[in-house]
Amino acid sequence: MRLFGYKLPGMSSLLIWGMLWEIIGRSKITYFIPSVTEIFHTFLEILPSPAFVQAVSETGYALMSGLFFATFIGIPLGILMGKNRIIDEILLPWVNIFLSAPLTALVPVLMVLFGFGMKSIIITTTLFAIWIIMLNSRAGVLQINRSLVEMASSFGAKPLDAFFKVYFWAALPEILGGVRIGFIRAVKGVIIGQLLISVVGFGALFEIYSSNFLMSHFWAIIFVLFTLAFFFAELLAFLERKVSYYASNR
Amino acid sequence: MSETSSNEIAVSVKNVSKNYGEVEALKNMSLDFPKGQLTSLLGPSGCGKTTLLKIIAGLLPASSGEVLVNGAKVTSPGPDRAFVFQDFALMPWASVIRNVAFGLELRGVNKTERESVAQKYISDVGLKGFENSFPHELSGGMRQRVGLARALSVNADVLLMDEPFSAVDEQTRRKFQEDLLNLIKVEKKTFIFVTHSIEEAVYVSDQIAILLPRPSRVSEIIKPSGFKHKDVDSIRKDSEYLDIVDKIWKSLRTYVQ
Amino acid sequence: MNRSLFLKIASALLLFGAWEISGRIPVSFAFPTFVESMTALFVIIIDGSIFVAYADTLQPLLLGVFISTILGIGIGLWVGLSEKFDWFISPIFIVMQAAPLAALIPLLIMVYGVDLASKVFVVCIMAMPVIVLNTGNAVRNTPISIKEMGKAFLGSKKDIILKIILPSSSPIIFAGLRLGVSAGFIGAILAELKITPTGIGDIISYSRSVGDYPTMYAAIFSIIVLAVIFLNSLEKIENYLFKGNNKGYISD
Repeated sequence: MRLFGYKLPGMSSLLIWGMLWEIIGRSKITYFIPSVTEIFHTFLEILPSPAFVQAVSETGYALMSGLFFATFIGIPLGILMGKNRIIDEILLPWVNIFLSAPLTALVPVLMVLFGFGMKSIIITTTLFAIWIIMLNSRAGVLQINRSLVEMASSFGAKPLDAFFKVYFWAALPEILGGVRIGFIRAVKGVIIGQLLISVVGFGALFEIYSSNFLMSHFWAIIFVLFTLAFFFAELLAFLERKVSYYASNR
Repeated sequence: MSETSSNEIAVSVKNVSKNYGEVEALKNMSLDFPKGQLTSLLGPSGCGKTTLLKIIAGLLPASSGEVLVNGAKVTSPGPDRAFVFQDFALMPWASVIRNVAFGLELRGVNKTERESVAQKYISDVGLKGFENSFPHELSGGMRQRVGLARALSVNADVLLMDEPFSAVDEQTRRKFQEDLLNLIKVEKKTFIFVTHSIEEAVYVSDQIAILLPRPSRVSEIIKPSGFKHKDVDSIRKDSEYLDIVDKIWKSLRTYVQ
Repeated sequence: MNRSLFLKIASALLLFGAWEISGRIPVSFAFPTFVESMTALFVIIIDGSIFVAYADTLQPLLLGVFISTILGIGIGLWVGLSEKFDWFISPIFIVMQAAPLAALIPLLIMVYGVDLASKVFVVCIMAMPVIVLNTGNAVRNTPISIKEMGKAFLGSKKDIILKIILPSSSPIIFAGLRLGVSAGFIGAILAELKITPTGIGDIISYSRSVGDYPTMYAAIFSIIVLAVIFLNSLEKIENYLFKGNNKGYISD
């Protein structure tokens, strides 16, 4: 979109929305929406507070662990599905079901089985992320060019060599794409896990702030969460692009 | 054998220029297309032939100059012209018969009527039996026949064809060229045909306009005549055919990078 | 065909069998067997409580999904067609996509109450972003050639949108609808689990609080089954409307 001939950067309309928010906030139409400046001040206040730091570390820990398990279980399983028809036919229907099923409904089960703590949250996070990672890994393997496979074997590559030197790289762009989407889902998972299990991290903070109607605090951590999530998602997208330069020439 | 009746000009291009920013795709181009004949626009990449065709079709506006079709000025697509696309432009979600009838559908013709017209042309292009198939079930050659049937169904006076045979394999392409010759004899329309293949142009055309790039201009107009009466198989061996092909290639060769 | 059906049934049996067996191992008293859970399911079907519960849950869900679909595709269409509108409104939906909207839900319900309107609102904010963004993307990326064809054959603006752009975008729009529906589901259930003692979420919470684990599992099982049925129906609808788009086995 151009203004006076200059190309406006994407997402720049958020500035306008931000100003709109500020106006609504200042005019106190609803206490639900405090002004942006108020939220920003609150953010600076809570940033160094121990509660906040602990929330970030607990959430970060759960997120990273969940994502770790999701990738280290999901990628190999996905690759297996891509390579082996029988495993694929057994697992694929379930992957598809759990991909779109409301996983939120499973959280009570986890709470009952694994208690009210970090363990359940990590498992929730893993569950939210793993299905898309599996699907994308599978897709990455499925689209490997037949001739690459033939090339590897014609040059006498041993299976392990072939995997690490050829197949892994060929499937990598797709796998990274899956990890990126998996990350966004993991963030949703860790939040929903904390909301329902609510003893740790940001979930606890949300609980405290919302029951006391501390709206600026509430929005402050929403913005923090969003910014962090957005930042890491873009980081992953950047990595994905770095690897994808060869992807479109497949 | 074909004589140009100079009073019967179907399409007249007068001093047409087309600029994209600073790039001059066409500069002051003038050309006449006689009625009832097939004129090719032949030339290397970048000579503006597809641009010219789209301007005649009304899909692109000219930067200056005008195009007259049967005396009327062209400003947008009209019922007097039909277009055949290089990449077929079929709707993948629609069956063959719906694709062929699409032009009529857009004109508000009712379903029974347009489907029976479509039926006829589907049969004419040799796709009888495939009415309910979908594009992805057809080969490239078959898909282009659908595109052709669609263009014929709307019964326009002028048929504009943008490298219609370039996206199919060589054998299919040859067959298409032969079929096109037969089609011309049956349908009394004006054909404007863009191609970069010299053999193709000489084979099918009543007249060939050779376009050169930078700046794009009509360098000459050739009217092959001697072999027009021959049957489709013999033309490719005819010595006049071979001479013209050779002559054109020699003059175009310098323009190929 | 038969082989794939056989394998599907086999894997289902495998899963339920594993469930049954692990239920019998005294790992946790809170883990009933498959049979126990199915019995409980049977019970709540017979006494009708499951239907009452779903009547509560499905109302805002269906209404919310319906509104999100119409509004979402409409806004998405506008976004895809107008660069200005795209610049202006897409960032909002991109933010909504990435932000943990789920965190807002308990607050919304607390502030605006337990009535139908607020629940519908929750479903909408969860479902709309992905529908709008998918639709916008697909519309914006409609192949130029096919739009040109519509213009060449004298299609009006309305014709080109309804007969060419929308059908061409339909696979991606439907993918967005599937994701939107499941997000809406999550919203509806989250609201019920967290705040409001209604619907199927209530059955889950209540049975958990009294230790009636088979019923809890039964309720959760029914939600998953319902979600699967919903989404499969969406797929069937898509296949019916746009048969030609299905080019055979599509691996995600």
